[in-house]
Amino acid sequence: MELNVVDLSRLQFAMTALYHFLFVPLTIGLSILLATMETVYVMTGREIWKRMVKFWGTLFGINFVLGVATGLTMEFQFGMNWAYFSQYVGDVFGAPLAIEGLMAFFLEATFVGLFFFGWDKLSRRQHLAATWALALGTNFSALWILIANGWMQNPVGAIFNPDTMRMEVNSFFDVLFNPVAQAKFVHTVSAGYVTAALFMLGISAWYMLQGRHLQIAKRSMAIASAFGFASALSVVVLGDESGYEANLNQKMKLATIEAMWETEPAPAAFNVVAWPDMEKRENIFAIEVPYVMGLIATRSLDTVIPGINELVDRSKDRIRQGAIAWDALQKIRENPETVSEEVRETFSYNASSLGYAYLLLPYTDNPLEATTEQIEEAAWSTVPNVWPMFYAFRIMVACGFFFILLTTVFFYYSSSGKLDLLREKHRWLLHVAVWSIPLPWIACEMGWFVAEYGRQPWIIESMLPTSAAVSSLSVTEVLLTLAGFVILYSTLLVIEIALMIKYIRIGPDDGEPAETAPPPASAQPVSGAAPVPAE
Amino acid sequence: MILYEMIDYSTLKVIWWVLLGILLIGFAVTDGFDMGVGALLPFIAETDIERRVVINTIGPTWEGNQVWFILGGGAIFAAWPPLYAISFSGFYLAMFVVLAAMILRPVAFKYRSKRPDPSWRSSWDWALFVGSFVPALVFGVAVGNVLLGVPFSLDNDLRMTYEGSFFGLFSPFSLLCGLLSVAMLVMHGAVWLVMRTSGEIATRARRYGTFAALLGIALFALGGYLVASGYVDGFRITSDVDPNMQANPLAKTAAIEDGAWMANYAAYPLLWIVPGLGFLGLAGTLLLLQTRMEMLIFVFSKSAIVGIIATVGISMFPFILPSSVQPEASLTVWDASSTHRTLFNMLVATIIFLPIILVYTAWVYKVLWGKVDEETIERDNHTAY
Repeated sequence: MELNVVDLSRLQFAMTALYHFLFVPLTIGLSILLATMETVYVMTGREIWKRMVKFWGTLFGINFVLGVATGLTMEFQFGMNWAYFSQYVGDVFGAPLAIEGLMAFFLEATFVGLFFFGWDKLSRRQHLAATWALALGTNFSALWILIANGWMQNPVGAIFNPDTMRMEVNSFFDVLFNPVAQAKFVHTVSAGYVTAALFMLGISAWYMLQGRHLQIAKRSMAIASAFGFASALSVVVLGDESGYEANLNQKMKLATIEAMWETEPAPAAFNVVAWPDMEKRENIFAIEVPYVMGLIATRSLDTVIPGINELVDRSKDRIRQGAIAWDALQKIRENPETVSEEVRETFSYNASSLGYAYLLLPYTDNPLEATTEQIEEAAWSTVPNVWPMFYAFRIMVACGFFFILLTTVFFYYSSSGKLDLLREKHRWLLHVAVWSIPLPWIACEMGWFVAEYGRQPWIIESMLPTSAAVSSLSVTEVLLTLAGFVILYSTLLVIEIALMIKYIRIGPDDGEPAETAPPPASAQPVSGAAPVPAE
Repeated sequence: MILYEMIDYSTLKVIWWVLLGILLIGFAVTDGFDMGVGALLPFIAETDIERRVVINTIGPTWEGNQVWFILGGGAIFAAWPPLYAISFSGFYLAMFVVLAAMILRPVAFKYRSKRPDPSWRSSWDWALFVGSFVPALVFGVAVGNVLLGVPFSLDNDLRMTYEGSFFGLFSPFSLLCGLLSVAMLVMHGAVWLVMRTSGEIATRARRYGTFAALLGIALFALGGYLVASGYVDGFRITSDVDPNMQANPLAKTAAIEDGAWMANYAAYPLLWIVPGLGFLGLAGTLLLLQTRMEMLIFVFSKSAIVGIIATVGISMFPFILPSSVQPEASLTVWDASSTHRTLFNMLVATIIFLPIILVYTAWVYKVLWGKVDEETIERDNHTAY
């Protein structure tokens, strides 16, 4: 395959965004958990809660800086690699990014300093306020970036202006209260809460297996399992809401997630396992559960979900309509002052399909003269690869249901005061918790993959194709920066994980007197648990 | 009545030009001393404890300061989408270098103290140096290139083509601007260290600050002379422009012209106050560094930054990104902004949030104020960087 700037730029954006999202969910969730634990400390005055905040805070800090560092790239990358996108939608898309800075980044970045350095300089209540400000800031930033991202999935409240060659806001309210954005926001922060909860649960389980820091581990486990249980429910429910919204405006995304080639009579069946073949445009093999898909996606028994083939046919109509809009646009651009009202009306009437005409540009210079074969090809380019969509989605969903199960079990043991039972009798459950630590990250990354890869070939759903949005860069330039980011980010990630492990091994300060119980005979002492080094 | 029409489109465009100026200056004044301190770190402090003193003067607050940079990116995107698109894709590799350097900074602050061995710590010290010095240099070089005009063209669909190269960014004039930027921020950082440290480090900071201020005066004067003498050409709009026009950079004509960057100063002589403020700030810092009036020096060094940056902005107005290969495609305040509605909405958001930000930032600085020395580091050994 020949390298081109569009694919390389996509790869770079995907890479930097997925790296960024290794750190962000933990920041989002752990900040709320820290604030919760500190609230308990301030309300009860018990020192152990302060030591918990400090210990989990240390791990939070190691993770937080990489979220900040990799976030820098995200703010500028739209302009660097997606210049035409930035010009085309900046009037709509820039505002949430700027407000994110004003409302969220300043808050979290200013108070994170006080969180770490303010313990001796602030009263208890003041410090608690700083911690909550930090938590609010991180969560607000998710809100605004998801308003921006939600608009890319469902571009409401804006209209294309042929005189400025861009989308322009006509209702800021619609952009803010975009139902897709709202569902994505709650789904995404809930995923962050689950990530943090399983992180805390897993590390606490490891301490219990080791027989170390039991007082802190048990309290952390209680908080993490309750918080994790509520968030896991929320993440699944709001994920379902996202699926419902997708059926309203991103039908192709839904059809590829489901590997549903033909439109079925309602309510459609759900494919549990399938072997989709892109060449033959069918599933070689599938196991179906009747009715389930129709119920989830339409919440009704009689609404039909269109299959891929039907959606491609609909795209052909929109491509033809788009070509008319494209032709009128050329006339307007040539003589903006003198062009007839009739041409402007033709444009406005067909403008909603303009983006579809751009799909033809890789095949022909004049969309109006496109052949049937070219339209066929362009229409099929609206279908993302089916099997990665199908399986990424199923991995994410399976993780989601597993999280509900796991947190339910631990919530049961902690709320009935039987955590010691786990240590004595059901050690395998603790092992499961430890090994589950990476799962939320896998689920998060799969989720982003489904959301963004599933949006292809559009950068703005049905408005602007990704291939038209790219900057005028050379392959060499993008290769250089791609390699640079991979090397830099991977190095930092390795250092981060090593430091995480080091500080997890060191463990929290148990205070005086030591609350550590002797480890059971089967537990091995930790070789790497060095004494706390002088900083 | 539609709310956003309360303020004229043309007025909003000027307001946003001022606001973006304030953002840029806010970044240079706050994160500027962090960069200055970082650039001085390997030279001004020798032992580990000395370096920790220096790092901890900015450790708790640098992160908030850096948000000015991120907000700058977001605000340019929101207020001037074509500027965001053209400058960052045009300066593509330079932007990568800046980002890579700045990515090192947060990590260096946080991870340096996590292990005691000297080679680990020394590596992060150099990461801090790179993360501070390189952006300071590249920002100045970028401003120099903007003054010279950037080789981009726009087609009829407003799709941009960039005709320059990475190494083409480094011309004698742009390097001069880069060095001026470094001198200005190093001076600012040195003044910060004079305020926040004592003893040997503060004494060295006075020496470095004095040298940087002298260099700053020389480079600012030389740069001004090169622009005034016509070594650097300016740009001028040669057609009628309706300040209330819709954004379309191709609707005007413009030309490259000798001395056009001095036109605003010639038309409004009162504006000479602004470069005057730059020189006053530099000279005042230079003199006061020899005295004990620590807080006052900081006022002068801030004034120097305000004066120098505003001098460039005013000389270019209404241009924000001139094109050297297709002057009529140059971006100006009038033809490159977002819509009336977006500018208004963003102004409302800024009016609500900026005062809140300033209040809590001021409070945080007040809480954390005080000299940092070896004793404070040893006392807070576990929380300090």
